[in-house]
Amino acid sequence: MTLLRHLIAAVVVAAIVAALSYRVGAYRDYQIAEVSAYVTAVAGLTVLIGLSGQISIGNGAFMAIGGYATALLLLHQHWPLAAVIAASTAAAAAAGGLVGVAAARLRGPYLAGATLLLAVAIPVSIADHWAGLFGGDQGLTVSVSTPAALAAEPTRYYAWLTTGVALISLVLLANLGRSRVGRSWRALRDDEVAAALSGLNVARLQVLAFVVSAASGGAGGALLAVVTGIASPGAYTLTLSVGLLVAAVVGGLGSLAGAVWGSLLYVFVPTYLSNVAASHGLNSGASSNIPIAVYGLVLVVVMLAFPSGIQGALRRLFGSVAPSAAVPLSSLRSLRRRRPASPHQPASPHQEESTL
Amino acid sequence: MNRPRKAAWATLAGVTAAALAVAGCSSSSSPSSTSTSTSTSTSSALTASAPGITPTTITIGSHQPLTGVAAPGYDEIAPASNAYFQYVNAHGGVYGRKIVYKYLNDQYDPTLTSTVVRQLVLQDSVYAIFDGLGTPTHLAVAPFLNQNKVPDVFVASGCECWNSPSTWPDTFGWQIDYVREGKILGQFIEQHFKGMKVGFFYQDDEFGKDGVKGLSYEIPKSQIVAQESYSTSNTNVGPQVAALKAAGAQVVAAFSVPAFTALLRLEELGLNYNPTMVISSVGTDPTTLGGLMQAFAKQAHAKIPAANTLIQGIYTDGYLPSLGETSNSWIALFKMIHDTYIPKLPFDGNVLYGEAVAYTFVQAMLKAGRNPTRQDLVTAINGGLPQGPAVAPYIYSATNHNGMQGAYMAQIKNGLVTPIGPVEVTDTSATGPVTTFTGSQPAAPASGIPSP
Repeated sequence: MTLLRHLIAAVVVAAIVAALSYRVGAYRDYQIAEVSAYVTAVAGLTVLIGLSGQISIGNGAFMAIGGYATALLLLHQHWPLAAVIAASTAAAAAAGGLVGVAAARLRGPYLAGATLLLAVAIPVSIADHWAGLFGGDQGLTVSVSTPAALAAEPTRYYAWLTTGVALISLVLLANLGRSRVGRSWRALRDDEVAAALSGLNVARLQVLAFVVSAASGGAGGALLAVVTGIASPGAYTLTLSVGLLVAAVVGGLGSLAGAVWGSLLYVFVPTYLSNVAASHGLNSGASSNIPIAVYGLVLVVVMLAFPSGIQGALRRLFGSVAPSAAVPLSSLRSLRRRRPASPHQPASPHQEESTL
Repeated sequence: MNRPRKAAWATLAGVTAAALAVAGCSSSSSPSSTSTSTSTSTSSALTASAPGITPTTITIGSHQPLTGVAAPGYDEIAPASNAYFQYVNAHGGVYGRKIVYKYLNDQYDPTLTSTVVRQLVLQDSVYAIFDGLGTPTHLAVAPFLNQNKVPDVFVASGCECWNSPSTWPDTFGWQIDYVREGKILGQFIEQHFKGMKVGFFYQDDEFGKDGVKGLSYEIPKSQIVAQESYSTSNTNVGPQVAALKAAGAQVVAAFSVPAFTALLRLEELGLNYNPTMVISSVGTDPTTLGGLMQAFAKQAHAKIPAANTLIQGIYTDGYLPSLGETSNSWIALFKMIHDTYIPKLPFDGNVLYGEAVAYTFVQAMLKAGRNPTRQDLVTAINGGLPQGPAVAPYIYSATNHNGMQGAYMAQIKNGLVTPIGPVEVTDTSATGPVTTFTGSQPAAPASGIPSP
């Protein structure tokens, strides 16, 4: 039943996007493709943080792995695109497994620090070392041939392609969240000790969560490289990793719909602000810096007004009786210092409800 | 089961709202070029002959680093081009049309370049991309622009790669390419520093590699003792400078952007290492370097000598008239436009560059005809352009899309790039000689606007 509902929802969204892609201009199609690529990556992070209770400030690195794998496979192996995206996802998942093994031993700020390292190190090592393979700062060009039927509108093809992959990822993640694995993740997020006492293999589950989020990041990175036509270190800086985290948190942790809201915000708000700033005749110094400041302000306001993210706010608006299912960032155990569970501070019961 | 359903409704409602919002703010304009007739008779009406061209305006776009590592200095280029366009607009425009110049910030990040250029072409329907700045950044969009047959004119980069008329027929370089520039600097080193040890310091991309290629064509292999590259994503150049010093390089030839020229010079100062510096014109604008050095020193809480002493004596080259030659008609023209439209910016090499490349664009537009299609602009440049503000002629033809063919050697003296030799011209081959240009530069038109 759950699977069916998720599939129906995916088909409905696919139909809306397909219809939309005819209505809007080529640049909106490009933005739809961008949003879908980010949704794919952010959804993995939402699952990692919202369900398994771990944190990563380094998921941009998995996008880099996906993006570069795509570029290299298309340049040197000329595989079909579907195989390239699958292989890039697998490469990132493998890297996620390695990181996950280390991450499962770390908690709270130490885990955040370790993943931060990844976000900082990957672009630099790509640019500075092995420049021959990865093309240095300039990166690698990614060119994909468009099917003949859509040759006149390549951006529409990208919009369909990325939305398709994003929806497949979302359906898979939603079902995973509803499965035994998802329930186990929630159990160890709320109380690791209790979960272990109940017979759950905590370390294995944590590594698995990292593999899943890395795979999503890899798929998102592969899509972004295809859409923008380039894989270069400048695209995968710390800013991207933090941006993904912000999108997941602002959208609403513990809810895949939150990943969509977060990604929409991430793509549209800065562009919109730049255009507004540019059209008000400010000097170029101001008009190029103001959007960055205002974007920060928007994020601060959203977090103040809706601590459980946009999805949490929507739930409050449309389902007034239902308690908020999205998890406020502050309630995550992984972000607090580890301490024995106190009877006076039980894990808030509504966390059990987080739905995917 | 009540709760999940409500959640699903909330999600669906949100999706629909967002979809409507996207549809609502989308622009319905899709590029359509139907008119192919290009009447050059002066009496014909002005038509919307191509995307971005209306009876009253020509809209062009660009990607520029307005913030980030490449912004210092380079962020003056687009405002300077715009100042020249405003001057032209105020004096009759191009066949009566006003030029609207929309330049977006790509922060020198190729992925962002990809996004902003798609916005300009797909959403804003610009007629052409003009003076897109940067080698790694512009390489990300050249295939897209050529696929869409958008004129990609006068890229602000001397990469030899823009000269690929068979794969990229719509892309044109403008400034002297880095291979030619490297050869001219290399010949100078070969002639004036015979037998001395030479080290290279270069940006690890096509910009640096092309420059090193040109240098290597002229400097004997036995003299080259070290080749050190840097990446723009890593501002620590300590290891490279230490390696140059350790190799005993007495002359350092650099292909670096201004920020890294400044870092190189400060690092040398820290290591008490004083080689003779020969640096590509890309990284030697004295005003920009001075500002950068003060800023870097302030960050490090270090006391440094006045910037002018730090850059005094650097050898470089120039392909536009020297800012110091106030009697030169081109300098006088561009100074006048600078003073009128952008008096707050310093009148430095970047501003001169922006105005000069804008002048060249107006030359090309006038040649393209009264009601030009996109192809008309490409055809016009393929037919060659008159020399204009450059000290050496352009090489434009259907089979060559490089720009200027030569430059003069110069030295920084008291904060000014001062010519120390005649204009030298050469080609991009390994064996082609570097020869002295025998022609002379025509004076700027009195009106300040090229004649059709």
